[in-house]
Amino acid sequence: MQPFETHTGIVIPFNRSNIDTDAILPKQYLKMLEKTGYGPHLFDDERYLDPGDVDTPVADRRLNPECILNQTPYSQGSILLAQANFGCGSSREHAVWALRDFGIRALLAPSFGDIFFNNCFNNGLLPVILDQELIDELFERCGVEPGFELTVDLQNCEIQGGGSTWPFVVEEGRRQNLLQGFDEIGLTLERSDAIRHYEAGRKIQEPWLFR
Amino acid sequence: MAAQTLYDKLWSRHLVDELPDGSSLVYIDRHLLHEVTSPQAFSGLRSLGRKPWRLDANIAVPDHAVPTRNRELGVPGIADLIARKQVETLTANCHESGIELIELEDSRQGIVHVVGPEQGLTLPGMTIVCGDSHTSTHGAFATLAMGIGTSEVEHVLATQTLRTRKQKNLRVRFEGELGYGVTAKDLILALIGRIGTAGGTGYAIEYAGSAIEQLSMEGRMTICNMSIEAGARAGMVAYDEKTRAFVKGRPRAPEGAMLEQAHNYWQTLVSDADAVFDREEDFNVSELGPQVSWGTSPEMVTGIGGTVPDIDRVKDESARRNLQRACDYMGLKSGQRLEGLAIDKVFIGSCTNARIEDLREVAHLIKGHKVHSAVKQALIVPGSGLVGLQAEREGLAEVFARAGFEWRSAGCSMCLGMNDDRLSAGERCASTSNRNFEGRQGKGGRTHLMSPLMAAAAAITGELTDVRKF
Ligand code: SF4
Repeated sequence: MQPFETHTGIVIPFNRSNIDTDAILPKQYLKMLEKTGYGPHLFDDERYLDPGDVDTPVADRRLNPECILNQTPYSQGSILLAQANFGCGSSREHAVWALRDFGIRALLAPSFGDIFFNNCFNNGLLPVILDQELIDELFERCGVEPGFELTVDLQNCEIQGGGSTWPFVVEEGRRQNLLQGFDEIGLTLERSDAIRHYEAGRKIQEPWLFR
Repeated sequence: MAAQTLYDKLWSRHLVDELPDGSSLVYIDRHLLHEVTSPQAFSGLRSLGRKPWRLDANIAVPDHAVPTRNRELGVPGIADLIARKQVETLTANCHESGIELIELEDSRQGIVHVVGPEQGLTLPGMTIVCGDSHTSTHGAFATLAMGIGTSEVEHVLATQTLRTRKQKNLRVRFEGELGYGVTAKDLILALIGRIGTAGGTGYAIEYAGSAIEQLSMEGRMTICNMSIEAGARAGMVAYDEKTRAFVKGRPRAPEGAMLEQAHNYWQTLVSDADAVFDREEDFNVSELGPQVSWGTSPEMVTGIGGTVPDIDRVKDESARRNLQRACDYMGLKSGQRLEGLAIDKVFIGSCTNARIEDLREVAHLIKGHKVHSAVKQALIVPGSGLVGLQAEREGLAEVFARAGFEWRSAGCSMCLGMNDDRLSAGERCASTSNRNFEGRQGKGGRTHLMSPLMAAAAAITGELTDVRKF
């Protein structure tokens, strides 16, 4: 997994709550078999004026000028600022792959959908939970200063920008995993003996599960 | 030992290890796979030379992207070449790894969350995961069932465990008698309307109370299914005689002496009487009427006699903006009545409401009626091939066809429109599925969530209708 230490970038203000993973990456792109290639389809329904599918050449599609991802400097943005419950709905990890592919490295919101939140950590994308007041303040800053930049520092658990510094909290285990870019499967497999031991006990307790 | 909730019991029974990073290693008894969220997991395993830990815990079935017509042609009959490739990839991955696959031509094929319980692959006391958020459905059988992402699918395949964190306990009690025309779907929609789509985030929900005890297993599955729409990864119902009766005789269920042994254990799968929940929500269902969603989030829901909220009266600016956006998308006005709103399409299906009981209710209601002439399409898609066969045997399919419904083969279909069953821009749909997000059933499509009874009534009248007056 790609590690995350510190990242500086342009903030994309997406001032909506309950943004679901269907909006982040519409269903037609779930037919793809890889983990990459989703960037051009991030927020596809909003991003283009005409509908598209996996085999529609992106170059032939008309960009929606109203969509913030199509506007300078946000098309170069890498930190997404949103309202509550970002990433709710479907478990599709494709939504995270699309954000990552577009170049997003960190997400700032008051809360996140549960499965989505996990998926982010598994892909080197940092979702940061911030107080509603701070989120609102950041939206204000973005409003007065288009192209407003922030630094998200996971080493020190701080966000810096516009002369201010704000602390944030992330579970220590998740922080370490992101900083190191661990292969979690490899880590779990180091505990194979414990799993086998557990399994042997269950076979005796609930033999009907092992058939 | 301290009193435990059902969730606590399931959790501690499956706990393999506590990990240094603060998460827990939880053993997974059943892993369900489908074509959309598994290919990258199989590639991940392959690239590192890893193998599945335990083959017999896994089972795969294609459901999301499969067409609901021309199924006798099998995989070669999938017209969408990219979708076909995805189903072929699932087949190849299963063959290569040795994981059991229910193929497209098999009568047992269907939506993974309908197939699991039907085949007895879902058994009380299990931990069940699938790369799909509606895995919560299986919680109706006193299981801990959760949706996971593709990285986690790979992790479960390789290790038979999940790294996860314990949730808090939320009990939702539905007490009272359901009125005529009010179903499990109305209970869960009303709950989401009350607590919001983030209301259950961080919790495992246990549904309890006299109304839940009265419900069939099908109804309980409908409720557990939409736990994720309330923000919770898992929802569950305690084991009882109904669970026992449903499981008995299923192909993969234990039999004879082993069933008795299992039953003895399963009976413990209830919350202790003095267990303490972190939070409780209580509902009196006797007053509840049929529900219908008006907006673009399942929490934007009201009784069928209700209206779109009066947006001007909402104080919070960002809430107002959200409501206005939903109204604009749905083509509705602030304060507008929902009853009588003309619809273009009807979809009866999905893992929420496509089991035999749902189809029986629909057939009973529409018998002798015709789909309204203004309705462009009314689809009925059974949750599995076996549900479909059963409906045909019982004569339900004939009732549907005679009324002017299209009777299709099993799959997710217009619930998410990955195949060619979808809405066009601006079309308004009465749907028994679970999500009314923008574009969910097709770009620009407008979804109103409701029960099968309500969707059936809408099909006949051509508008959103109170089924109690039908
Ligand atoms: S029926 Fe709909 S919600 Fe259920 S698994 Fe299929 S796509 Fe997901």
